[in-house]
Amino acid sequence: MLEVKNIHSYYGKSHVLQGTSLDLKEGELVCLLGRNGVGKSTTLKSIMGVVNPNQGSICFNNQEIVGMKPFQIARLGIGYVPEDRRIFRSLTVHENLLMGIKGGKQKNAGTDDWTVDRVYKLFPNLKERKNSKGAYLSGGEQQMLTVVRTLLGNPRVILVDEPTEGLAPLIVKDVLDMLDTVRKSGVTILMVEQNFKAAIKVADRFYIMSKGKIVFEGNTEQLLAAEDIRRTYLEV
Amino acid sequence: MSDIPVFFLHGLAYAGLLFLVSAGLTLVFGMMNVLNFAHAAMYMLGAYFSYSIMLHATGQFWLSLMLCPVILFVIGGLIERFLLRRVHALGHVQELLLTFGLAYIITEAVKWFWGNYPIAINIPGVLNTTIQIFGITYPVYRLFILCCAVIVGLVMAIILFKTRLGIILRAAVNDSETVNTLGVNVPLVFLGVFAFGAALSGFAGVIAGPLLTIYPGMAQEILIDAFVVIVVGGFGSLGGAVIAALFIGELQSFGVLLFPKLSMALVYMLMAAILVIKPSGLFGEKQ
Ligand SMILES: Nc1ncnc2c1ncn2[C@@H]1O[C@H](COP(=O)(O)OP(=O)(O)OP(=O)(O)O)[C@@H](O)[C@H]1O
Ligand SMILES: [Mg+2]
Repeated sequence: MLEVKNIHSYYGKSHVLQGTSLDLKEGELVCLLGRNGVGKSTTLKSIMGVVNPNQGSICFNNQEIVGMKPFQIARLGIGYVPEDRRIFRSLTVHENLLMGIKGGKQKNAGTDDWTVDRVYKLFPNLKERKNSKGAYLSGGEQQMLTVVRTLLGNPRVILVDEPTEGLAPLIVKDVLDMLDTVRKSGVTILMVEQNFKAAIKVADRFYIMSKGKIVFEGNTEQLLAAEDIRRTYLEV
Repeated sequence: MSDIPVFFLHGLAYAGLLFLVSAGLTLVFGMMNVLNFAHAAMYMLGAYFSYSIMLHATGQFWLSLMLCPVILFVIGGLIERFLLRRVHALGHVQELLLTFGLAYIITEAVKWFWGNYPIAINIPGVLNTTIQIFGITYPVYRLFILCCAVIVGLVMAIILFKTRLGIILRAAVNDSETVNTLGVNVPLVFLGVFAFGAALSGFAGVIAGPLLTIYPGMAQEILIDAFVVIVVGGFGSLGGAVIAALFIGELQSFGVLLFPKLSMALVYMLMAAILVIKPSGLFGEKQ
């Protein structure tokens, strides 16, 4: 449903993505691995239109989305969970959630749709803190909040950037379980991770990136078998 | 000693004007990261447009009070859409230079069109009177300015804290890129905020006209104070702008009374002190 073909993206003169290609099929949880600074976040930003690729094509449900603005891409049904838990610090938890609802109004929700009520049922700790400012949440709560804020827009695909970074092992498990639940509800997920041991528990397929290019593609067994690739391109 | 209430009220009136100019400036800076040097030029244009309107439609103060903000809303919108947005991709320095250049051009245009000399504007009829307050006789017009600022401030507070638009605006002050990825048309929000800020500044210009004489340096003069207000109050914080405008207004007013030569220095000292204690300003959320 999402095809990235041979994209090139730059920050000023620095050529960060040098012909990146990958694709997502409906219902998959795909994980993008790679060392620091190889261009994983830039790949997600290019899909989302935050960074504009100079070359190449990105198709979502067969529609070209290169050149569209982030809000237009979001409205097509692609959700983005940026790295570093970018919650709105001076907004309350509840207001943060409202920001996720497109157009501000929950349209007569279908049974599979994410609603604020459903979020509060699933995450009682967010409900308890609904009137505290986002800045005062713990790291794990902030991560949950960023993910569910995006889910409230009921996207078909979400791009999640390093959701477990800097979290305690117990919380890492919570976050991954949650993504697994989300995937089971029918949302396709592209997740960037450094921690491949964590990712392997939930992902269906993997891409490894190095210097702006994809250097490996395969499922869990293939990744486990490709020991030298892991040694060369992933952190030990 | 009987001067004290007079200077206090003078300070409040000036604080009102300052708030009207600073509110747009701080929102624009908070969201778009653009320090708009042309912001006070909108204030000056408001004052001069109003002068011309009143010249041709004798004494139509109320008409110009409604018309000038609309004109400046349009001018602000055009500036954002066709100049600022194009320069945005080039970076902050270029944006700064653009607004700086605009301020310069507008000032020169004002000199060329209206003349490089002060013009006095009469206080509109009904407001040209005095009342007894705190046992002193005080001009109604300054109280009128204060009322305008209070009303505008309240309306803005209601919008910011009680509506969906307000949530979007406050979120955009935190992180406009993320707001954009959540499906909100952020370029349109920027356009609206910039145009609204210009309109507010123009509105302040119209009511400032009869109080202060209008002259081509009036933009520069209030811009410096407005910068201090948004630094002290914290970039992007409306509440901060209110408190800081009150501070600066009173400081200017009593400064003139107590240390006539030092009132400007006092303002800078306050700014330096706040920055040392809390670099993000009193209510700043931004770094
Ligand atoms: N805004 C920016 N301006 C200039 N260069 C940038 C910018 N963002 C990232 N880069 C550079 O682009 C390269 C790729 O960055 P990117 O954030 O995509 O890497 P990453 O794979 O996500 O790394 P990490 O695992 O550390 O998050 C890096 O060399 C980085 O320094
Ligand atoms: Mg990254």
